[in-house]
Amino acid sequence: MADFWKRFSRNRGAVIGLAILAIVILVALLAPLIFPQSPWRMVQRPFLPPFAMDQYPLGTDALGRDVISGLAYGAQVSLLVGLVSTVAALLIGIPIGALAGYFGGWVDDALMRFTEFFQTVPSFALAIVLVAIFQPSIESIIAAIAIVSWPPVARLVRGEVLSLRSREYVEAAILSGQTSLTIILRQVLPNTISPIIVLASLMVATAILLESSLSFLGLGDPNLMSWGYMIGAARTVIRQAWWLSFFPGVAILLTVLALNLIGEGLNDALNPRLARRGK
Amino acid sequence: MLKRLTTLAAAMLVSTALHAEPVSGGRANVVIQPEPPSLMMGLVQNGPTQMVAGQIYEGLLRYDEKLQPMPQLAKSWEVSEDGLTYTFKLHDNVKWHDGEPFTSADVVFSADVFLRETHARLRTSLEHVESITAPDDTTVVFKLKQPFGPFLGIFEAGTMPMVPKHIYEGTDYKNNPANNTPIGTGPFKFEEWVKGSHILLTKFEDYYEEGKPYLDEIYWHVIPDAASRAVAYETGVVDILPGGSVENFDVQRIADMENTCITDKGWEYFGPLSWMWLNNREGPTADKRFRQAVMYAMDRDFARDALWNGLGKVAKGPVSSSTRFFTDDVTAYDHDPEKAKALLEEMGYDGETVRLLPLPYGETWQRWAEAVKQNLGEVGINVEIVSTDVAGWNQKLAEWDYDMAFTYLYQYGDPALGVARTYISTNIAKGSQWNNVEGYENKEVDDLFAKAAVAVTAEERQELYTEVQQKLVDDVPVAWLLELGFPTIYRCNVKDLVTTAIGVNDGFKDAYIEK
Repeated sequence: MADFWKRFSRNRGAVIGLAILAIVILVALLAPLIFPQSPWRMVQRPFLPPFAMDQYPLGTDALGRDVISGLAYGAQVSLLVGLVSTVAALLIGIPIGALAGYFGGWVDDALMRFTEFFQTVPSFALAIVLVAIFQPSIESIIAAIAIVSWPPVARLVRGEVLSLRSREYVEAAILSGQTSLTIILRQVLPNTISPIIVLASLMVATAILLESSLSFLGLGDPNLMSWGYMIGAARTVIRQAWWLSFFPGVAILLTVLALNLIGEGLNDALNPRLARRGK
Repeated sequence: MLKRLTTLAAAMLVSTALHAEPVSGGRANVVIQPEPPSLMMGLVQNGPTQMVAGQIYEGLLRYDEKLQPMPQLAKSWEVSEDGLTYTFKLHDNVKWHDGEPFTSADVVFSADVFLRETHARLRTSLEHVESITAPDDTTVVFKLKQPFGPFLGIFEAGTMPMVPKHIYEGTDYKNNPANNTPIGTGPFKFEEWVKGSHILLTKFEDYYEEGKPYLDEIYWHVIPDAASRAVAYETGVVDILPGGSVENFDVQRIADMENTCITDKGWEYFGPLSWMWLNNREGPTADKRFRQAVMYAMDRDFARDALWNGLGKVAKGPVSSSTRFFTDDVTAYDHDPEKAKALLEEMGYDGETVRLLPLPYGETWQRWAEAVKQNLGEVGINVEIVSTDVAGWNQKLAEWDYDMAFTYLYQYGDPALGVARTYISTNIAKGSQWNNVEGYENKEVDDLFAKAAVAVTAEERQELYTEVQQKLVDDVPVAWLLELGFPTIYRCNVKDLVTTAIGVNDGFKDAYIEK
């Protein structure tokens, strides 16, 4: 573990990313304490510019709602969607990839054709269709993101399992009479965990972007204040009130950047044998 | 020449000092949004069609801002003592755009044959009519079965447009090729329509009113994107933005431009009134106290100022203040969260979530739903906004699958035409968003509306309508929001554009451009 941290912290960007993410998580957790009022509450005159009143440092939106409070509550939605949909995508992708890689043959063929079927459809278009059909709500958005983002997981896991499948300790396990399920769970999957973790950190970032894009198009959960919603609602007034789209945009940018940096750092830390080029 | 110029200058000086004399010539560049499906007003009467085709077709009457009838194709009219016989005298030198003379036979054909078949809203009003006859070429007589108070209010161009008998008689109206080149009696005739680009109307030289119209052409620009429409005005491509052409939040910016005038007049006949349907059948909204609490909880002044740029008025009740027989002698619902809480307490509201459908007509309506949700949340009502597209919204309303839902409807100048339909119990039927969608049933209200429609004198009608308004406002069958203001924005040198109760829809007859 100490080793891991040492390698992780050697990547300066990763540490910065972790710091940013920690702040975002902290804000999301503490939002109800810092801003006890609902972010939908109309507190001041509409279109109050930022830094005009100390109480509302980032100004107010078209209905006089506090922008900074919206950002804090938006962090909750973004992180929640990012995490839950990634976990859901992993739950779909890992079993499919593991079965395909382990058994090979027609099982592999069938599962991979199924995966390719999803890969050939543009993922954002599919997400829009799914959310539109099931009516926009937090559940349907998470489900849609999970459904469009599991195929890379399945492919990655399949590749890893394929190469582990022929290792001697797996053959030994087969000879010792362990069932396929035990072998997959005990011997094979634990060794694929590091690339999955790296991929997952990037998937969280993608999921946050997807949710923001959906909300931007008006397909967000209408009862939740998310960053994408804030930008979508501000888009039409961008000439009058730049700050309404600017600050949520910065928030999305920083969070996604942080997750990408962390992903890279994890990659360094978990795959020490891959020498960092140029360093 | 010089002399003429000086007299002209002198005339202009005098005229600006007193009342400006209209000048002929020029082209009006106007936005039309969305592009109309057809310009044949006898067949299609949606908003954009009425706006363009209102210059091509005419009715027997027009209406001023107070909804008083003014002459149009009919130069005078008489109503018999018993309120059963309406006699119209027509102008005698009226020509169709193809040169054929317009006569009383065209009126009888339009009202009795053509529109009865094609115009659902008019058909309902014509059920009160026993016969339509033409004793001579310039006289038309409508005989009613029983008195019908709003009868003089149904002769406007969008409600009863005159269509040419010589073109349509005996044909398949919907598939007549002449529908693509509409022929009317109006001040402008159809010139060309390039789909997706523009519609061009030109001056009808043989128009029966001497000197009118003043403009040479009207050029309707089709610009599908709201931001582009605003830019088109800012860059001088168009000079007139009819109500609803630009998003509300752009109105102020554009109105602040130089030489720009803005008016919210010209919608009196329609009297667009917005409200939230409250499902009277089930859930908390079935309780009158809950519905009253909703009225007290909403901050409607805020919605008007923040979302509608201060245009429009807070609704007093079911009848818009521009509609006839409006009364403000009703219970007032000011923004009073304490009262709302007390009412909820009294009924024992248990926090059951109510679903709110916003109107899927763009940003303003979405924001409005959010504001209302917040208002209701502050008195303890749990609201969940359900997003839909237009088709889903139509379906949910028609199937009564909602708790609260935004909408707005036109009133057509008279409670019998545009108000009663929302509240009378005979109008409860699945499958429509324009009837008694909320499911309100009150025998007294039914009776009052029925009596008021056939009462002969205006005083009698006022009395009955005042009573029904008081009853409805106490019962809150729906939660009235605002009388919407759809501002018309135009260059200030365009004069006399909005002078009637339907504004731009028949306004180019009198409009002129000051040089």
